[in-house]
Amino acid sequence: MRITELNANNYEAEVMHANQTVLVDFWAPWCGPCRMLTPIVEEISKELTDVKVCKVNVDDESELARKYKVMTIPTLILFKEGNAVASSIGLKTKNAIVDMIRNA
Amino acid sequence: MYDIIIVGAGTAGLSAAIYGVRAGKKVLVFEAETYGGQIINTLEIENYPGIKKVSGYDFATNLYQQTLDLGAEIKFEKVLKILAEEEEKKVVTDGGEYLTKTVILATGAKNRPLGLEKEKELIGRGISYCATCDGAFYKGKAVAVNGGGNTALEDAIFLASYCSKVYVIHRRETFRGEEKLLQTLKKKPNVEFVLNSNITKLLGDEVLEGVVVKDIKTDEEQTISISGLFIAIGQVPNNSIFAGLIELDQSGYIIGKEDCKTNAEGIFVAGDTRTKNVRQLATAASDGAIAGLAACEYIG
Repeated sequence: MRITELNANNYEAEVMHANQTVLVDFWAPWCGPCRMLTPIVEEISKELTDVKVCKVNVDDESELARKYKVMTIPTLILFKEGNAVASSIGLKTKNAIVDMIRNA
Repeated sequence: MYDIIIVGAGTAGLSAAIYGVRAGKKVLVFEAETYGGQIINTLEIENYPGIKKVSGYDFATNLYQQTLDLGAEIKFEKVLKILAEEEEKKVVTDGGEYLTKTVILATGAKNRPLGLEKEKELIGRGISYCATCDGAFYKGKAVAVNGGGNTALEDAIFLASYCSKVYVIHRRETFRGEEKLLQTLKKKPNVEFVLNSNITKLLGDEVLEGVVVKDIKTDEEQTISISGLFIAIGQVPNNSIFAGLIELDQSGYIIGKEDCKTNAEGIFVAGDTRTKNVRQLATAASDGAIAGLAACEYIG
């Protein structure tokens, strides 16, 4: 599934009112570990078709980062029915992220 | 049977792989996490000879691609143990068992934790090991840096331009870091030095709210309210699984001289995990070249 770029205007509809599990990747272009994580998150978006994957550029959308208390990047937050149910901080392997999604 | 198995796909390990494959050897690299090692956290590299400026990510990705293109194999498996009773060595990973003529250990080093309760839980919730990565999230807030080396001083200078207040907590009176950095830091009006002091407690449950600091001379304790703590107290190697295989020093670094040989035949060491004085990107690459060629020479 295509990755959705989140901003202040679309996150309510895309995350809070989504009818499926949503994985949000908070990142920035200058962050090395974030760029390492990008291809992993892209693979997950292709393989786990029941999960919607979104990205937040924290430089452009600092309000969204603040709202979810993001204090380091990369941060991944998993949402179900608009609630944050799991999160992970730092660069993780694909298996670890898939486990987090499946166990949440 | 491989000619060379390398543990760790950081700068040292991948450099060793390049020299191995270019010498016509069959080379396999194991990496437990992601390629690149510590350099991926560096925003901009400006001290690598021949490259004026490059991001740590680009450097690591180019090196990774170069290693693959030259014909080395890289597997993302965690090495669990190495058996070297016989001339050929067996490397056991979470994905299988592999035979090899030589091994190069390039396991690197990680940030040293304080070792306090709640530290792990608060990482990314107020505790950070990377000021350049996370500093911007603490704009206008009070933070502290713990440590006395160059990284701590650089972190504090960087944070002083974002944060309302920066405490520099250090266990000694004097700093190991460069005098020039210290002078720059001392000119910042929002920096306060808390010297001869150790952090004894982390406060806050969901997020960090402060630290308790103890003066080691007077034993007096004080609480400092901060939203961010940047820990820069050095590095630790991670070689405990090799303790029975090769000699480690007291801190856990693998004992090896500039020839990158260990006390075990056919086992070499490269990069930050070796006992050495200078741990830089250039010296990691240099170790990789030396260890890679030493392994080739050993095979003959």
